[in-house]
Amino acid sequence: MTCDDASLLLHALADGELDAGHASEVEAHAKGCARCAALLRDTRAMSAALAAPALRLKAPASLRARIDAALPAPRRAVATRAAPSRRGLLQGFAMGSLMSGALAAGLVVFVMRRDEEERMVGDVVSAHLRSLQGDRLIDVQSSDQHTVKPWFNGRLDLAPPVVDLTAQGFTLVGGRLDYLDGKPVASIVYKRRLHVINLFVAQATGPDRGPAIEQLQGFNVWHWTHAGFGLWAASDINAEELREFGDKLEAALRGAS
Amino acid sequence: MAQGSDGEDADRARRFRAAALPCLDDVYTLARYLLRNPTDADDAVQECYLRAFRHFDGFRGGPIKPWLMAILRNVCRAEFARRSGATAAEATADLPDNVVPLWQEPEGSPETEVLRQRDADTIQALLAELPGPFREAIVLRDINDLSYREIAEATDVPVGTVMSRLARARSMLREAWRKSESEPRLEGRSQ
Repeated sequence: MTCDDASLLLHALADGELDAGHASEVEAHAKGCARCAALLRDTRAMSAALAAPALRLKAPASLRARIDAALPAPRRAVATRAAPSRRGLLQGFAMGSLMSGALAAGLVVFVMRRDEEERMVGDVVSAHLRSLQGDRLIDVQSSDQHTVKPWFNGRLDLAPPVVDLTAQGFTLVGGRLDYLDGKPVASIVYKRRLHVINLFVAQATGPDRGPAIEQLQGFNVWHWTHAGFGLWAASDINAEELREFGDKLEAALRGAS
Repeated sequence: MAQGSDGEDADRARRFRAAALPCLDDVYTLARYLLRNPTDADDAVQECYLRAFRHFDGFRGGPIKPWLMAILRNVCRAEFARRSGATAAEATADLPDNVVPLWQEPEGSPETEVLRQRDADTIQALLAELPGPFREAIVLRDINDLSYREIAEATDVPVGTVMSRLARARSMLREAWRKSESEPRLEGRSQ
């Protein structure tokens, strides 16, 4: 290796960008060449000096605030209220009756949805119980998320999120095709000690909703809608642990999206 | 439905904040070294973030930092083109790679003498003396801690060009560093 080659590759070596083969060649050259050895030493010294925290600048708080204000608010802005004029007042009445109509309709929707949800919780627990009978639990057995996820290709019209939570204390054991509400859904199976957790993934029917936990016949069911998925986790572990499972899953999915 | 698109918009803003705001210090740091003026840097970074948000749907995933920095460079370039001041070419133009090098590895370079430690102000002054593309390469690598591939993405040049720029930038810096050691402190000189 000539000095010309080495003087370029020395930087890649110092920056950790060189493969092992080239790295040992450059190092061998630098051992026998005082000029390149000095260059490598100085490059490393300068890189170390430039890594000093004092050279990394902090954005001023005023700039952060300006950018924050210029982006759309995370929550919908509340409309500012003007003093009501007579006309405005009349409109107000009209709006009022419209509102109460909508409110009543909303109530019906709410009651119906509540009903539907209870039925879903019942369905989820039934599916969970079915999965524990005989050899029904797992169709594809793997602790590798990259094996489990593709298995659903062609079996479902959605690609369920499959995350490995082994490091967080919930071992991924496999996946299964199941049915909820008469529709095929994915079930991702996790274990916590000897307890089984079935995570059902279906297409969400409503808007995104925060996570909630419900109990039925001694089973806990955790529910969350996120990014168009309706997620239901059923298990006989206690509510705290299932909530923990939900939190870990939520964090992993938010991190991935 | 209006509510649906509102929700989508809010979701998009939330995802953008979560991905891009943690890089604010890095983007600001680059802006300060490129523009060497705090007010200009503030404006450029704000414009960069607004532009990035508008084009967030076009972001293809992966590390977001190089993408933001590419946008910042474009903002700086456009701003300097608008002003068409004397610093335009100097601060943002890409030097052709066949340009005659402004440096020579000094023949009598002391091989046994270790570089002296310098304080942050001195190092900043030394960096400020480097021509734009070289200053940019060394800041992206050693201060922003980007990989060669990420620098190539941010500056829209091949990795080979990143490597040659970095080698040249460090040679210039090294020479200036040594020179400054034999002189009184940089800040002291101007008084």
